[in-house]
Amino acid sequence: MDPSPTGNPSATRTDAAPGGPAAAPDAPEPGAAPARSRRSRWLGTAVLVAGGLLLAGCQLPTFGETKPVTTQGQDAIKLWQGFFIAGAIVFLIVFGLITWAVLRYRRRSDAMPRQTQYHTILEIIYTTVPVVIVLVLFGFTFVTENEVNALPTPKMSVTVTGFQWGWRFHYTTKNVTVIGVELQDPEMVLPVNEPTRIYLESHDVIHGFYVPAFDFSRYAQPGIINKFTITPHTTGTYRGQCTQYCGLYHSLMRFRVKVVSDAAFAAWVSTHHSSGPATSISTAEKQALTNSTPGAHTPNVPPSTVTSTATTNQTAGSTGL
Amino acid sequence: MTDVIAPPAGGGGGALIPGAGTDHLAHPHEEHGPSGLMKWITTTDHKVIGLSYMITAVALFYIAGLLALGIRVQLTTPAGTFISFQQYNQLFTMHGSIMLYLFAGPFAFGGLANYVVPLQIGAPDMAFPRLNALSYWLFLGGSTTMLLGFATSGGAADFGWVAYAPLSTSTYTPGTGEDLWIMALVLTGFSAIFTGVNLVATIFYLRAPGMTMFRMPIFTWNMLVTGILILIAFPVLTAALVMLFADRHFGTMIYAVTGCHTVTGAPDAHACGSAVLWQNLFWFFGHPEVYILALPYFGIVTEIFPVFSRKPVFGYKGMVFATMSIAALSTGVWAHHMFTTGTVLLPFFSLMSLLIAVPTGIKFFNWIGTMWRGQLVYKTPMLMSIGFLFAFLMGGVTGVMLASPPIDFFVHTTYFVVAHFHQVLFGSAVFGGFAGLYYWYPKMFGRMLNDTLGKWHFWLLFIGFWVTFMPQYILGLHGMPRRVASYPAHLGWQSLNIASTIGAFMIATSFLFLLANFWVSWRYPVPAGDNPWDAHTLEWFTTSPPPHHNYTHLPTIRSERPTWDYNHPEAPTIRHGGPSGPGHPNGHGPIGSGNGGPPGGGDGSAGARQGVPAS
Repeated sequence: MDPSPTGNPSATRTDAAPGGPAAAPDAPEPGAAPARSRRSRWLGTAVLVAGGLLLAGCQLPTFGETKPVTTQGQDAIKLWQGFFIAGAIVFLIVFGLITWAVLRYRRRSDAMPRQTQYHTILEIIYTTVPVVIVLVLFGFTFVTENEVNALPTPKMSVTVTGFQWGWRFHYTTKNVTVIGVELQDPEMVLPVNEPTRIYLESHDVIHGFYVPAFDFSRYAQPGIINKFTITPHTTGTYRGQCTQYCGLYHSLMRFRVKVVSDAAFAAWVSTHHSSGPATSISTAEKQALTNSTPGAHTPNVPPSTVTSTATTNQTAGSTGL
Repeated sequence: MTDVIAPPAGGGGGALIPGAGTDHLAHPHEEHGPSGLMKWITTTDHKVIGLSYMITAVALFYIAGLLALGIRVQLTTPAGTFISFQQYNQLFTMHGSIMLYLFAGPFAFGGLANYVVPLQIGAPDMAFPRLNALSYWLFLGGSTTMLLGFATSGGAADFGWVAYAPLSTSTYTPGTGEDLWIMALVLTGFSAIFTGVNLVATIFYLRAPGMTMFRMPIFTWNMLVTGILILIAFPVLTAALVMLFADRHFGTMIYAVTGCHTVTGAPDAHACGSAVLWQNLFWFFGHPEVYILALPYFGIVTEIFPVFSRKPVFGYKGMVFATMSIAALSTGVWAHHMFTTGTVLLPFFSLMSLLIAVPTGIKFFNWIGTMWRGQLVYKTPMLMSIGFLFAFLMGGVTGVMLASPPIDFFVHTTYFVVAHFHQVLFGSAVFGGFAGLYYWYPKMFGRMLNDTLGKWHFWLLFIGFWVTFMPQYILGLHGMPRRVASYPAHLGWQSLNIASTIGAFMIATSFLFLLANFWVSWRYPVPAGDNPWDAHTLEWFTTSPPPHHNYTHLPTIRSERPTWDYNHPEAPTIRHGGPSGPGHPNGHGPIGSGNGGPPGGGDGSAGARQGVPAS
C-alpha cells in the first residue's frame, strides 16, 4: 500500500547479515563452512519473509499492540511495526550467534584454543553497522514523532483534568462538562474524523491519560498544560485508564472514550450543554475537586454523571464530595 | 610475527609487593585484632567488608523477592483481594526500592567490587579502609531505616520507587514510612558516594607494578567507570531527596504544587513549585543508575566468559571504550523516562538513547567472539552468564523500541516497560550477580559450591525468568498499566497474569537451591584450591581465601591475564587476529612495542604510557 516508513530499517539490517556469520575470529575448522552457508540461507529466508511482510504494507499485523482507531495512532503503529521487524531480525541474528557458539564450542578435548584477542575489520563492522541502523531508526522516529505531535488548528477542543481518582472532560466551546465521580468511569464523547485538540492538566498529582486504542498516552500534570490532537476514524467505545501511579485508587481510575458520528455528537451536545455561560469551573465543582485528597473518599459513591455543569453541581453536592 | 607474552622467567618467579608489611607475609593467615563478631564489626579489611555487604544485600534480595511474590499473587485474580490496595502499593514500592537501591547496586559495588577489585589489581586493601567501613555501616543503617517503614502505623512508603512529586509531598503521602524511605536513601546515597570515591582512588593509585590501566581486568575497568558514574549521579539524588524532605517538613515548595491548580485557568505562578523538576533530577540520577547497576554485572560476565572458554576477552580495548561510551551517553538520556511529560526535547533524548545500543551491541559481539572457537565448559557461573546474554538481548531489543517516543507513548508505564526493565535489570543483577557469586565463592571461602545444585538453580531460574516476563510484554501491549492492584475481568488478562505468577514461583523455588547450596558447602566442604577454574586474573594467584593483605608475592604482570600467563606459558595471548583473520593464523606484526620488557614497560598500550605509579 503506502510507502511505509518501516521499509528501510529492516532493509538496512540485512546489510548486517554478512557481518554476522563472519564473526568467526579464528581459522576455519572442518564443518564450519557448510554451517556458515546454512546460516546464510536461514538469514536469507528471514530477510525475505520480513521483506514480504513489508511489501504487504497495511496487511502487517500490529504485533500484539492494540489496533489504532486514530490517524495519529496509525502513524505510531507503522513505526512500531518497523521497529518490531528490525528488532526481531537483530534478535534472531544475535540469538543465533549465541546459540551456535554455545552448542558448537562445548569443550570436547584438551586441545588449547587459539588465544586470539582482536580482529580489527570485524570490530569496525560490528561498530559501524549498528550506528547506521540506529540512525535510520532515528530518522523514522523523527518523522513519526512530528506527525503524532502535530497541532493543526482544531475545530473543537476538550480540556481533560485528572484528579485523585477520576477525570473531568470540559468541552470549552460547547459548555458541556463530564465529571467522573470516584470509582465510576466517566465517558468522553468525540465526533468521528474530526481533529480534536486535547488540553491535559491535573488538579493534584501526576496522572497518565492513556487510551490503548489510540496508541497514545500523555501525563496530566499540575502546573503544566499538555496539548495534543486526536483524530479518531472509527466509531465505538474505547476504554481509557490512568497509567501514572497516583496514589491509593490508581488502579480504578478509568474512563471511556465514545467516538460517534457528527450527527450523534451534535445531538449529545444539545442534550448536555448547560444553558448559561459556564466557561469556568463552578464553585461546587471546585469544591468537589479540592476535596479529592487522600482520606476524603470512600469506595462507595454514586455513579458518574454525564451532564451539564449545573446538574453536575447538584450531583457533586448530593454525594458529599 | 605474533606478539607473544613471554612466560615468567623462573618457575616460582614473582615480585614481592613493595610496601606490604612483612609481618603479614610471614604469617599470612594469622590476623591481628579481634576475632568472631568483633572482627566483623571493627574490621577495615576490604574482604570482610565486601562479605558483609554481600550477605546483607542477598538477605535484602530474598526479602524483596518475597514482596514480589505478594505482588504476583495479588494479580492472579482481576479483583485483587489477596491484600488491600494500600498494602499492594507498599509492596511494589518496597520491592522496587530494595531491589534497586539496596540489592543490585550495593551487591555489586559494595560487595563484589569491594572484595575483588583490590585483589584483581594486586592491592593490599582499598585506598581508604576506614571510609570503606563507614560506607558499609551507612548502608546497613539506611537499609534498616527503609525496612522500619513497615513498623510504622501508616506502613512503609507507598509512592513508588521513583517517588514522583507531588505524590511524594506531604499533602498526598504524609506518613512516617515515606520519611524513613527518604532518609534511608540519603544514608545509602552517602554510602554509595564514599564507595565510589574509594573505588576510583583504589584503581588509580593502588595498582601493583606492571598492572597498567590497559592490563586491568574488565571487571576492574567497569568498576572504575561505575565509580565515576556514582560520583556523577548519586550526589544529585541525595540533594534532590534533601529538597523533597524540606518540601515535606519545612514548606519550601520546591516540588510541591498544592494550591496552584490549573483547573480554573492559568496557574498561580508565585505559589508553585515544579513537579517535573523532581523527574528531571531523579532521572538524571536514575538513568546513570541503570548503568551503575548494569556495568558491574557486564564486568562479571566478562570475567567468566574467557575463563570458561579458555580464551582471552575478545576485543578487550574495544570493550573498554564501549563501557566508557555507555557511561558518557548514560548521562544524556535521562529524559527518555519523561517522553510523555510533554516537557522534554524528544529528538535529542531519543537519539542519545538509541545510540546506547551501539556500545552495548559491541559488548555482545565481544562476548560472542570470546566464546567463538573456545572450549566452553558449562559450570554454573558460565550457565548464569549465558542466561544473562539471552535475557539482556531481549531487554536490549525492547529498550531500543522504548527509545522511540511515538512507541514509548503507548507502552509507557505499562507492563511492557515492566517486562523490559526486569529483563535488563534482572538479567544483569540476578543472572550476572549470581554468576559472580558462584564464580568467586571458592576464592572467598576456599570451598566450592555444588555444581549440580547450581545447575538446578540455573535452569529453574532461567525457565522461570522467561515464563514470568514474556507474558508481561503482551499484557503491556494490550494496555495493562503497571502498579495496578486490580484490573477489569473482561479484558482477558488473567491467564497471562497467572502464567507470570507461576514463573515468579519458579524463580523463588530456584533460590531455595541456592540456600541449599550454601548449606551443603558449609556442612560438607569441598576444598577449592587457589584457582579451581584455571582462571586468568590476579585474584586467582593468591590463596583461597586470601591472606590479610592479599598477597605474599605476585607474578610478573605482562598482560591482562597474569595468572594465566604464569600457568600457561605455552598459550600466550595472540594480540592480533589480523584483518585477514581466519586462514592466516599468524596475522600481522605485533602492535606492542616490545616483549619481555620490565613490568610496566608493557606492550605499548595506552595504559603503559599514562599509567599512574602503583603504590
